[in-house]
Amino acid sequence: MKNWGFKIPDSRTLDLDKEDLKLYNKIVEKVPSARRCIMCGMCSATCSAANHTNFNFRLVHHKFRMGMFESLASELDKCMLCGKCRMLCPRGVNTRAVIYNMRIILDNMYYKNI
Amino acid sequence: MNYNPFIIPFTTGAIILFAIIIYKFIAWYRKLDKKQRFYLRKNILTFKSIEAIKESFLEALIHRNIYKKNLLLGYMHMSLAFGWFLLIIFGKIEASLHAQTLFEEPWLAIFFRYFVRDEHKFFMSEIFPPLMDFLLLVILSGVLLAWLKRFSSSLLGMKKTTRHSKFDKIALASLWWIFPLRLLSESSTAALTGNGSFLTGTVGNLMAVLNLQYFEIYFWWAYSICLFAFFVSLPFSRYMHIPTEVVFIFLKKWGATAGEEYSGYTDFQLNACSRCGICIDVCQMNFAANIQNVQSVYFIRDTRYKHLKDETANNCLMCGRCVEACPVGLELTVIRQQLRNKKEIAGKHYYDYTKPQEADKKYDIVYFAGCMTHLTPSIIISMKKIFEEAGINYWFMDENKGTCCGRPMRQQGFIQQSKDLISINQKLINSSGAKTLVTSCPICYKSFKEEYVLDIEIKHHSEFINELIENNKIKIQNSQKSIVYHDPCELGRGSGIYEEPRNILAKVGNLKSSEFEKQNSLCCGGSLSNAIIELEDQIKIRNHALENLTACNPDILATACPLCKKTFVHGNKAKVMDIAEIIAENISLQNQSSKHKEKNKIKTKIEL
Repeated sequence: MKNWGFKIPDSRTLDLDKEDLKLYNKIVEKVPSARRCIMCGMCSATCSAANHTNFNFRLVHHKFRMGMFESLASELDKCMLCGKCRMLCPRGVNTRAVIYNMRIILDNMYYKNI
Repeated sequence: MNYNPFIIPFTTGAIILFAIIIYKFIAWYRKLDKKQRFYLRKNILTFKSIEAIKESFLEALIHRNIYKKNLLLGYMHMSLAFGWFLLIIFGKIEASLHAQTLFEEPWLAIFFRYFVRDEHKFFMSEIFPPLMDFLLLVILSGVLLAWLKRFSSSLLGMKKTTRHSKFDKIALASLWWIFPLRLLSESSTAALTGNGSFLTGTVGNLMAVLNLQYFEIYFWWAYSICLFAFFVSLPFSRYMHIPTEVVFIFLKKWGATAGEEYSGYTDFQLNACSRCGICIDVCQMNFAANIQNVQSVYFIRDTRYKHLKDETANNCLMCGRCVEACPVGLELTVIRQQLRNKKEIAGKHYYDYTKPQEADKKYDIVYFAGCMTHLTPSIIISMKKIFEEAGINYWFMDENKGTCCGRPMRQQGFIQQSKDLISINQKLINSSGAKTLVTSCPICYKSFKEEYVLDIEIKHHSEFINELIENNKIKIQNSQKSIVYHDPCELGRGSGIYEEPRNILAKVGNLKSSEFEKQNSLCCGGSLSNAIIELEDQIKIRNHALENLTACNPDILATACPLCKKTFVHGNKAKVMDIAEIIAENISLQNQSSKHKEKNKIKTKIEL
């Protein structure tokens, strides 16, 4: 094929049919309010970590729901669990618990003494 | 030798009991960490041991702290513990006097009335039967109260009691029957031989309708078997607290503290819990949000039997109300934190992305607002006004790109992440060269005090403002508004600051007291320590707290924590203000103008 000096990028569309809810359902079981998220972005607006980086609760949440786990663990490590997002969420989503549980699941973190 | 086969269950039970207790104590002792062992060795031969004996007597036998909760409840515990203790001691003295040796058969004291059937003829022998009868009567009254408590706990001042496990029920049932059976067996012997006193003698006369020649031995057998059942179930049930509490009191007095790591001292504490259930009634998760399986008593139980669930460990506000209420004085929140901690991954570092901006010059005071204060900008504006009014050379450390203090991470058990955040902030604070660090957030305050290694004074803004007022750096006027103060958990119970905020508020308004204040204050429900509680339950806790705090319809509900403020504001019950806001509002204008005049005077002097 002729090299034109540019190429057509891969589609950036997310195929909702490819949703992988296996792990996400575990989160919803523990944090039922996660379903209420309308991705309004209030959490990102106040986020302490987003002040320094491009950390984004909605993106992390959405990726987890789609089963796109590559590099998600290191993305989650940016969160400081300060809890501001939770105070502001207009839908009462327990964002802290969502992040907390995602972290536990992805890092296979376990307790020292239990 | 005084022997009858019915002593066998008792003796075997006692041997098993002591063997297990000694085995357990040695195992826990070996798990104590270096620091705890150091204190133990250092203080074992000091005055502290005598204090520990006194405390053991007051707590383990008299149960002074339970009397504070309810008189009847205290009496119930005292009659069983102290009564039984005296019964054992006097029984031993009686048996030794009779046998004229200190080393008589160990079971003789327990079954004395059966073996010594004649009238006592030894030194002071006539005192013992009525004394022993009296003690038995005291214990039986305690048992009666314990039975009543099962039917209606509110009679003894408890709204809810602990739900017991099977082993506890076996131990409890045998404990309930030990003393009635002792009464029956001693009475039957008394009826046959006449060696009883006012209680056993009377009951014996009533029992004489039975063929006691035949039944007597069976009563003694039942008594002995009951003792066996209790002794064998004791180390595996809640009654393990009887021996452990004493050891725990000694360790505590010698200076042991529960650190970050689970250690043998934690094991002692877990087993010193008697599951009395006093922590259930004070827990807001119970009475406000109706969540029944996470209270400290269940947490301690599940940890001890090693079936602790993630939810039980984490669904707790860590407000510390149970720690204040616990009659044994267990460090419940510290233990919960130990269990929440997660394994660290060696060599991993977090938050490399932050680019801390160090101080550009030297300052007198560093101000750290904290994440939550950034959600309540009015506190920041007020603090700025106060700093400027007092003419302080301060550095607002996290004005633009601040990081979290690390406590929320720590409380969820992510110790490693917390340490990384701490080192970032420590560097920044040290760069300013300041002598004082002021923070507006009690959560950060506690973190700075306990987890940071800083060479400067750390003050919450309520302490700081109090000092400013006392040193006349700022002048305030009294607004005559009625104020109720809500103690934030981390500032009050967490750090012991109760008086400074009250001092300030009494000067700017009409400070009213509420039912829940100081050590008994409520949590607003927004606690960061609980990452998993759902909003609906938080709202229940918040509304309950608001209702109680605003019972006297104050103009202002004051608090000293941005998180409490934010949580209460959503409740729409009263005007919620932080202490800093109230002060900033009431800084006296006269003073301001005079200060400006003074400044101008100085300026003119310099110019001249």
